[in-house]
Amino acid sequence: MTKMDISRRTFIHTAAAAGGGMILGFSIPGISPALARSVMPEGWKDPAGGVEISAWLTIDTDGTVTVRVPHTEMGQGALTSVAMFIAEELDVPWKDVKAVFASANRHITQGEEYVNMSTYGSNLVRNRHPHILQAGASARERLKEAAALQWGVARSAVTAKQGVLSAGANKGTYGEFASAAAAVSLAEEPKAKEYLDWWLLGTDVPRMDVDIKTDGSAIYPIDVVVPGMVYASVMSCPVPNGRLKSYDFDVIKNRPGVIQAVALTQVKDKLGTSDQMSGIAVVADTFYRAKTALELMPVEWDLGEGVSLSTESMEAEAQGLLGMDAEHVEEVRGDPRPVLAASDKIVTADYQRPTESHVTMEPAAAVVSITKDRVDVWSKTQTVQGTLMLVADQLGRPPGDIFVHGTSQGGGFGFGSAHPAPRQAAEIAQAVGRPVKVIWTREEDLAQARTRPPVWGRFTAALGSDGLPTAMLARTVGSSRKPDFADRVIVDQHYQVPNYRFERHAIKSHLPVGYNRAPGANSNGFLIEQFADEMALAGGWDPLDWRIKMTEGNERWQRVLAKMKEVCGYSNDLPKGRGMGVAVVEAHNATVGACATVEVTKRGNLYIEKIHIVSNTGYVINPRNAHEQNFSSVVWELSHALTGGLDIKGGSITNGNLDKYALMRMPEAPVVESSWAMSHDGWWGGFGETAAPPTPPAVANAIFAATGKRVRSTPMIKHDLSWS
Amino acid sequence: MSFQLNINGKTHDVDIEPETPLLWVIRDSVGLTGTKFGCGIAQCGACTVHIDGKAVKSCSVNAATAVGRKVTTIEGLSTDGQHPLQVAWIEHTVPQCGYCQSGQIMAAAALLAKSPKPSDREIDSAMAGNICRCGTYSEIRAAIKTAANIG
Repeated sequence: MTKMDISRRTFIHTAAAAGGGMILGFSIPGISPALARSVMPEGWKDPAGGVEISAWLTIDTDGTVTVRVPHTEMGQGALTSVAMFIAEELDVPWKDVKAVFASANRHITQGEEYVNMSTYGSNLVRNRHPHILQAGASARERLKEAAALQWGVARSAVTAKQGVLSAGANKGTYGEFASAAAAVSLAEEPKAKEYLDWWLLGTDVPRMDVDIKTDGSAIYPIDVVVPGMVYASVMSCPVPNGRLKSYDFDVIKNRPGVIQAVALTQVKDKLGTSDQMSGIAVVADTFYRAKTALELMPVEWDLGEGVSLSTESMEAEAQGLLGMDAEHVEEVRGDPRPVLAASDKIVTADYQRPTESHVTMEPAAAVVSITKDRVDVWSKTQTVQGTLMLVADQLGRPPGDIFVHGTSQGGGFGFGSAHPAPRQAAEIAQAVGRPVKVIWTREEDLAQARTRPPVWGRFTAALGSDGLPTAMLARTVGSSRKPDFADRVIVDQHYQVPNYRFERHAIKSHLPVGYNRAPGANSNGFLIEQFADEMALAGGWDPLDWRIKMTEGNERWQRVLAKMKEVCGYSNDLPKGRGMGVAVVEAHNATVGACATVEVTKRGNLYIEKIHIVSNTGYVINPRNAHEQNFSSVVWELSHALTGGLDIKGGSITNGNLDKYALMRMPEAPVVESSWAMSHDGWWGGFGETAAPPTPPAVANAIFAATGKRVRSTPMIKHDLSWS
Repeated sequence: MSFQLNINGKTHDVDIEPETPLLWVIRDSVGLTGTKFGCGIAQCGACTVHIDGKAVKSCSVNAATAVGRKVTTIEGLSTDGQHPLQVAWIEHTVPQCGYCQSGQIMAAAALLAKSPKPSDREIDSAMAGNICRCGTYSEIRAAIKTAANIG
């Protein structure tokens, strides 16, 4: 259905600048990557040399500052964001800054020096900035104190700027004072700067780890090799929560390279969102030999109670529940039911989004090497600290023995927050007495998805004489494994409907649920933001003006909506076949609007020409990276909205591989523009996922404008969009 | 079975079942890890290498079929990381997680070798076999145009 029309394409190169933000520090084409390299391919290896000022950074005599980054880099710019915060306060030339992954072992054993090493929920910038800025400021003041002591002046007389300390005629570099500064302790920690004083934050800074990702040198968990290592291919019960009944290793034991089969025990892990399922591993001297042998080994499963679940059974249960009063009720603003019963102008609609998965480009991999003194781990993760505790638990060893090394991650999107691969690798390595690399096949990755659960919604509203809603009942159906995902951005929707009641049901499901880029909001935005348009149009309102009216007094939303009106060129009055649609979702402390422009041919071919994102995250520390996260989130969510949806049959996910779970490819990708509408009010939001939720409803609203057809479920590819 | 493969101009002796996919020989036998495993069924393109200059999904080619031919991986695309596409990739900060980008660059390099000034349609057609889950398509396109001097 989705086809290309090349002639209509335009491409943006620096759209990040569209809504403000200075252009500074752009990369220099032609500079040798070897000279410019800010992050080493083995990102966990601490560079030699340099004086440790604190757990957060070292300074070399030549002025090089190496920032130790506690967070996971999965393409969202964690290394760069943390280094920018430190460099901002330290006041060093950006070209002198390098980054390395901080040690989780040190964090665990030395009083949690990095406060929190997990990376999820667009948290890094929005929630971690105070203590990271503080670490940079503290180092700067200690350098100043060291210089003040040597020069016999007050610290307040010393300035620290761009790597140079000075007071009157005295001058010295940070490198010269690093050793002395390391010995200084401050009576009082300095305050972090105000945003108006920023010199680096707020500018376009190219991410630091780009060059190592253009020559194949960046090391991901799947690339790690340790001496004596063997490979394991794993398969868990195809129906989650089922059990391994038997396997016949004799059939494969004489195949080349095959070493051992290891039964994997089901363990409740310590992270709460995923279990290691009962399964089986085959170990061999190469991965391909292990994989082939596992495929050939007879395995029997006790599939368990999940077998009755299917896409159809879930749909039938949910449809039944939508017509029933729910036990989970939140009377947000009074009881709308009497108003609805008495009204003669009712708007009602049902929406649905299916089960989805992460499908990171790197299928999960984990390497575990166990010795008497220590255990080394490289793994798919978004929390090296959490992975450390999980491996310690599996092996029954003190956390201080475990070293989880930061690497580049081939995508995260939430799956890394609680992945069972490191626990499997630990169990297998212990069983075979050798270092092991576990690699999941793509088939295993899809079958063992920690799913984004399906959601259903039925909304009913009464409209008053001015066309605005006077009462609204929202009823959703989620999954029993994580029912409150079905609440998000609906129970707390920002339109001030006078009487508003929220009810939620859950279907019974055994499918494990994970955090998936903007969890809850990603699916639910499609429900609530289409219904907003349906209410507006039924009441005779322009959908953008309706949103402005319905959020009066809400500064964050008003700022976004006013910016959308200014920059998006929105119109709900285009010739048939062309349409624009808007949607706004507030999640992860970010209020983000999307304006979609689409064309639908009479035969029903959909072209998504452009998505214009308007973000209010309070602040933007790196507009260039923020725009990159925006178009990434847009493509991510359109993948699911256009062609996604997992199929469930007999309790298993049956899509198999990427030939049956279609992801967006280059020809379908729309142009994405970004604008900022920042409140600068002390409230920080995130960028890692927040452009995703408003995108599908904006597209669906645009399709309605173009065709008069409502797309109330995804994947959109299943809908007939033809018109005459 | 023992055989020889020419990878990035060097001859490698390999002792493995000849039906082993070229991808796993490159990664596990030869030890060049820049070429990535993504799906194993030629759907995602993360494993793209060149065989005699043509872009090939190495997960779906038996290693034995590469005997007597020239295999080029991302590590052999240039000696110094300065292939015009690599330079353009850095200028446009294309990679996010980066896992698919070796394959993207190899697919683009085969395109430019064949068509030095590709049209948008040619770029779409050459790159449609390479998935980027981070959605960096607009920047990949821009970087290809920069490398081809058709910005």
